[in-house]
Amino acid sequence: MTAAISVSGVTKRFGAVQALAGVDLEVRQGEFFALLGPNGAGKTTLISILAGLTRADSGTARVLGHDVVTGYRSARRFLGVVPQELVFDPFFSVRETLAFQSGYFGISGNDAWIDELLTNLDLQAKADANMRSLSGGMKRRVLVAQALVHRPPVIILDEPTAGVDVELRQGLWRFMRRLNAEGHTIVLTTHYLEEAESLCSRVAMLKAGRIVALDSTERLLARFNELYLEVRLAGGALPETLAGRALTDGAAITRVRLSGHEEVEWILAELRRAGCRIESMALREPDLEEVFVQIMSGAAPEGRA
Amino acid sequence: MTGFVALFRKELVRFWKVAFQTVLAPVVTALLYLLVFSHVLEGNVRVYEGVGYTQFLVPGLVMMSVLQNAFANSSSSLIQSKVTGNLVFVLLAPLSYLEFFGAYVAGAMVRGIVVGAGVLAVTLPFVGLQFAHPLWILAFALAGSAILGALGVVAGIWADKFDQLAAFQNFVIVPLTFLSGVFYSIHSLPAFWQRASHFNPFFYMIDGFRYGFYGRSDTDPVTSFGVVALAFAVLATLSLLLLRTGYKLRQ
Repeated sequence: MTAAISVSGVTKRFGAVQALAGVDLEVRQGEFFALLGPNGAGKTTLISILAGLTRADSGTARVLGHDVVTGYRSARRFLGVVPQELVFDPFFSVRETLAFQSGYFGISGNDAWIDELLTNLDLQAKADANMRSLSGGMKRRVLVAQALVHRPPVIILDEPTAGVDVELRQGLWRFMRRLNAEGHTIVLTTHYLEEAESLCSRVAMLKAGRIVALDSTERLLARFNELYLEVRLAGGALPETLAGRALTDGAAITRVRLSGHEEVEWILAELRRAGCRIESMALREPDLEEVFVQIMSGAAPEGRA
Repeated sequence: MTGFVALFRKELVRFWKVAFQTVLAPVVTALLYLLVFSHVLEGNVRVYEGVGYTQFLVPGLVMMSVLQNAFANSSSSLIQSKVTGNLVFVLLAPLSYLEFFGAYVAGAMVRGIVVGAGVLAVTLPFVGLQFAHPLWILAFALAGSAILGALGVVAGIWADKFDQLAAFQNFVIVPLTFLSGVFYSIHSLPAFWQRASHFNPFFYMIDGFRYGFYGRSDTDPVTSFGVVALAFAVLATLSLLLLRTGYKLRQ
């Protein structure tokens, strides 16, 4: 099956800045894929190249097999991009904006789908309001609707939840999950790593224009399968038996490394025997944020699927 | 094709929504010129036998309005979309650069011709105009607005800020239109300036347009149209090249 997105050997330099230093990436059809990285890692540049907004210095980028330069018409028809910047045309209402956008993609009489988009993005009440009168969160949702007017099989969302409140964010993800279930490929960038963790089956991490990690979310998390018991002791000192695996985190909280959940019982027993009084405790599993921090700091083993 | 139609329609709706500023205001400006200049010069200046100064002036003002507004439409639409960032919606769409160019130029032509027609309509009851060769009138209006629409596309792509565009308008477009024989016949100029005027493409647009009204002109209308067509070809080629290479639009 043709890859939804296929990028090979893409480089891009802006003056002295090497925004992309040779990126290879393939996103399969039907995936919910996260593209993560700190600011300036090259995520938006990569998306811009896929969207045809920026031209790569070298390498090729394809959307469903269509080169974004030589086959731009098909590539763009198959791609819906939600840009990061909150942009809008102040001359038009929400409905006009969506109708014109449909027209640019060669679609006329798109009202039924536009209404469905407005409903799903909770914008019906604002359909005839001018774009200027919308709140930031609403403008963001119009951007999402604009990217979807032509029912693109591949959807890229560049930080779609920045500045969107919790309820709307959840609504947006419900809608994206539905589209994904219906077969749309979805690629998202976000700084909310818990979103990426819960939504995406695969993750690529970019750093300084290179992919430093590319794997399924599960395997990335498993690569750092360190488990900690965090305890706050109200009295008593950590027994000798645990000292070897303790990482003291500030004064109050002690982190004790576990090799598995079954060790919890034993550790608690050791603490009790040493006369420690536990004020609070929590079991911490690795999350994507931790994995991300470790990979970005270069501490983690690099690996590719 | 539907992509072109959508972008063209968007360009029309855009200026029509603010018609007070984009249509009515320039009509009023042209009428003020007409009032002042005809008041001062009517009876003192005679350009062609049997054609009063005000009669002479109206076609010039109409064409000046067509040209300036055609330029204003494509250039301001592009710079606004660039500065506010919403040009991205057009750039994300599968529009060819030819459709892009065509839509902006066609939108500019409509705005220019609507304003020109407005000036003409308001002056018609008061000034005895002749329409000797209506087809020439139409041909020059279309060609002139297309040229300035294309020039607006070039300027809109080139400019990064509003003040750069304003500079282009104030230091290029306005002087060239004012010095093109809107208010006078170039035959009244000293020899040097007469020759210089022949290097100004705006002169041919105004002169040919006026020929359509009175059947008289400083230069043969066929020659004028040739120059005008050439000017359009050059500007269209330039803007298509810019669009194809993605100059300033697709980094």
